[in-house]
Amino acid sequence: MPAGIVPREAERRQQPAWRLLLDRPTFVIGAAILLFWIVCAVFGTAIAPHNPLAQQLLATNMPPSAAHWFGTDQLGRDVFSRVLVGARTILIIAPLATLLGTVLGTALGLALGYLGGIVDMLVGRLVEAVLALPAIVVILLFVAALGVSTITLILVIGFIFTPLIARTVRSAVQVEGQLDYVPAARLLGERRGWMMFVEILPNVFPTVLVEFTVRLGYAIFTVATLAFLGFGVQISTPNWGTDIYSNYVLLGAGYWWETLFPALAIASLIIAINLVADSVEQVLAG
Amino acid sequence: MAIYLLRRLGLAVITLWLLSVIVFFAGQVLPGNPARSILGPLAAESAVKALDHQLGVDRPLITQYFSWIGGTLHGNLGESYQYQSPVEPLLQAALVNSAKLGALALIVIIPLGILGGVVAALNAGRPLDRIISLTGLSAATVPEFVSGIVVITIFSVELKILPASAAAPAGSSFLTQLRYLILPAIPLVFVLFGYIARIARAGTIEALESDYVRTATLKGLKRHVVIWRHVLRNSLLPTITVIATQTGYLIGGLIVVETLFNYRGIGNLIFHAANAKDFPMLEAGVLTIGVVYMVATLIADVTTTLLNPRLRTGVIR
Repeated sequence: MPAGIVPREAERRQQPAWRLLLDRPTFVIGAAILLFWIVCAVFGTAIAPHNPLAQQLLATNMPPSAAHWFGTDQLGRDVFSRVLVGARTILIIAPLATLLGTVLGTALGLALGYLGGIVDMLVGRLVEAVLALPAIVVILLFVAALGVSTITLILVIGFIFTPLIARTVRSAVQVEGQLDYVPAARLLGERRGWMMFVEILPNVFPTVLVEFTVRLGYAIFTVATLAFLGFGVQISTPNWGTDIYSNYVLLGAGYWWETLFPALAIASLIIAINLVADSVEQVLAG
Repeated sequence: MAIYLLRRLGLAVITLWLLSVIVFFAGQVLPGNPARSILGPLAAESAVKALDHQLGVDRPLITQYFSWIGGTLHGNLGESYQYQSPVEPLLQAALVNSAKLGALALIVIIPLGILGGVVAALNAGRPLDRIISLTGLSAATVPEFVSGIVVITIFSVELKILPASAAAPAGSSFLTQLRYLILPAIPLVFVLFGYIARIARAGTIEALESDYVRTATLKGLKRHVVIWRHVLRNSLLPTITVIATQTGYLIGGLIVVETLFNYRGIGNLIFHAANAKDFPMLEAGVLTIGVVYMVATLIADVTTTLLNPRLRTGVIR
């Protein structure tokens, strides 16, 4: 009976978003890989079979073996342990930078989309100007000028992401502005701040969430690329991009394992985040 | 039409001006004291002052900006700190090299991306579509140096069939140069494939659902005729625009790829300038990239407008 089917169909749609996510194999795979790297970032030193910093100068550039699954690097350090522990740096910088960019970008996007007018136009031009350059070029310019530190990387990447996220949120806000509830609330005499953050924000939140997950992938991309270019945070803990930066010249000599394994680690983390982001986008889009 | 072009050009000029302000700010204001960073912490204060004066950085910021932008507009991009020679010849040579690499990547990627997108659209919702879309998305967000390392490991280190460096010996033939550029082009192709395929897919799906395609199908045209004559023509239009906007990402990728493959292009130039804190070179390089990008977008916008009469009077996006 149709009467019996319709509610069940509706019920299925009413399921919480996380249940729908768990139904998707892409999400489960992505989340599993992501979880693995988070565990490594938190407990890396405890899991790693060797001390990632211990040098064995008699066993440098050894190919993968039973003792050293991913071989050893030019200082004789265990590459497998360095890959496990190396998840930490990138998983601290990238999410914080993305969070900063998302918070600022959402606030800016709300203001631009809701208030409109001359400010919207001016900021729009500024955003265009920043977008006329590949993000990595702008970030490189600022990082070269300011020097490298965890805080600088977070701030620079966060600020560069701000206009990009603002642009997306702005168009979502403009769509909301045409819906009936906005003039209705305005007729009730709500203030601008209330309108933006209490009335409109919850309705554009899915857009913000998708934007966050997608940008997180780009943040990882950016942090890794900067480290590869020699602009990685110089601290004693291993770092994938920096490990590649210091070992890739040896690729030509045939020592591929010291470079390839950190590279694959970066690729797996980014692909995992993409799988998660794609699933979130599909579920929220209905 | 003329008014549209003029407005478009005007906006491009404003954007370029803003870009120059951003670049000036990052390159000349943020680094603080250029003479001190050139001479090092042990140099005498008088020497630092003298060099500051020689570099002109002791003048007010506004004066500095106008003399910098004035020089730039006259083609005088200043003198590189690291090479102690004018920036232009170095920049020009690098730009030519990058253009070769970029052109090769685009020649491969445009047909490939469009093909991927169209195939995905024709199989919309089926596993093949999901595979193409997710592969594209992943390839687009894996950093160029990661895919670069993978292809070097496979084709250069293990199979030994292609060189790991992009710099062909001086005076080598076109085919030799091409052989050296194959591996570096692959990471760039990876990064762009996803974007182009995605837009081509969206355009094709939209065209497939349109009334004119239904009419063409209903009047009995064969499927491949409908696709070639009606779907593709309309779906490729938005793809042109995207290809132009992606040149920016292509150039961003050049920094990494040229560094990895040791190729003397504009990306490598910017990379070395950033490392050496050679700000005149860095600013000139970044500004050049901005100009190239603006010109590419402008050409794309004009082409799209010329091809699609409906947009000629439309609002500027």
